[in-house]
Amino acid sequence: MGATVTTTATNGKTWEGGNEPMGASYGKMMMWFFIVSDALTFSGFLAAYGFSRFKFIETWPIADEVFTHFPFLHGVEAPMYYVALMTFILIFSSVTMVLAVDAGHKLQKTKVAVYMLLTVVGGLIFLGSQAWEWKNFIQGSHGAIETKGGSILQFVNKSGERVALADFAAHLPKDRVQKEANLGIWFEGGETLPTYSVEEVVEGFKANPDILIRSEYLTKDKKKTVLSREESLERLKEAKMVVEGANLKHNEYGHKLFANFFFFITGFHGFHVFSGVVINILIFFNVILGTYEKRRSYEMVEKVGLYWHFVDLVWVFVFTFFYLV
Amino acid sequence: MGHAHESNTKRIWMVFGLLSLVTIVEVYLGIEKPHSLYMTNLLSMNLLNWIFIILTVVKAYYIMWAFMHLEGEKSNLRWSIVGPLVFLILYLVFILLVEGNYVFDVFKTSHYKWIF
Repeated sequence: MGATVTTTATNGKTWEGGNEPMGASYGKMMMWFFIVSDALTFSGFLAAYGFSRFKFIETWPIADEVFTHFPFLHGVEAPMYYVALMTFILIFSSVTMVLAVDAGHKLQKTKVAVYMLLTVVGGLIFLGSQAWEWKNFIQGSHGAIETKGGSILQFVNKSGERVALADFAAHLPKDRVQKEANLGIWFEGGETLPTYSVEEVVEGFKANPDILIRSEYLTKDKKKTVLSREESLERLKEAKMVVEGANLKHNEYGHKLFANFFFFITGFHGFHVFSGVVINILIFFNVILGTYEKRRSYEMVEKVGLYWHFVDLVWVFVFTFFYLV
Repeated sequence: MGHAHESNTKRIWMVFGLLSLVTIVEVYLGIEKPHSLYMTNLLSMNLLNWIFIILTVVKAYYIMWAFMHLEGEKSNLRWSIVGPLVFLILYLVFILLVEGNYVFDVFKTSHYKWIF
């Protein structure tokens, strides 16, 4: 008890916690110092992202083209709207959190409980949205070819719009076998086979003169370079594998590091949101049980509130550096 | 708990409105990408990105000052939080971005292909 709330027991005792040179209780100050260290961790990740991006500045993927999905709008290019919605959800759950803290100061138990519940719901919606975003990124949209050198070749039509592999790949009578552990004694399984083989994509490309290859390089207009038909055919000779979607090793949208950092940073942030939701639920039950009512202090709500706002704060930066800049 | 506990509801909603407005402006600019801002560079970054970063710092300020209630804390607590963060982050970002830019130059202008 003594550690969580400043009570009359410590008041006036300078050397036993009664003195608060920073005007904050022990618990609140420790929450702040945890937040400072966690903020530095996130800064490290985002700065590392910046390093890699500056290192590969000419070939970095354009985020607008990667995240274009919006629920119930199939095939509609909607860059940014979905993340903007996620940002609103998180900011709004921050608002309900701060309203809960505010009601706590006035010792309004029911109000605190309602606002805490709304905060939890907001957090859960955000987590669900993030899962959906991940799903789209992992599944991919159009498919691409990875070359021996590790570059990504995407396919576009004459007007520069991306074309999915399914729209032009040839169907060759070849029996590709998905290797699984039961096919051999020592064999432990192979990579999942993509929908099309390299040969099928190459054949389909040769048969469709309207399709061109788009390389990763950015032009002066900050758009990806579209190769001529001859250059395209030349580049396609280096084709090594078909990539659909993104994971930690391959990424159809461009540089692999983009996917790595995306999964790692948004994943780490999502884990923070998840912990925040769990902690908020605990505090919500404590509010309902009247724990803080008995203490005559809702400072615990204030402390988890700090953590929750911090999660929102990090998202503001992730939003800027992954989607806007 | 030295500060008074008057209700802040009005201020909370005002800050929410402000944060939403800034986000809407950001999304609008991100989709439009006004040519004059997007193509003009200042200190090797385009003006649009500078605007995004400044708006982000504005948002961070309001979240920390209003929602996390730093405005009601003593100034020594405020400084011991914001001071180290601002200094260390600027330092780290400066070093890493300059280094990243240098590695890019080496890859581009010399015969080294895979040394870092």
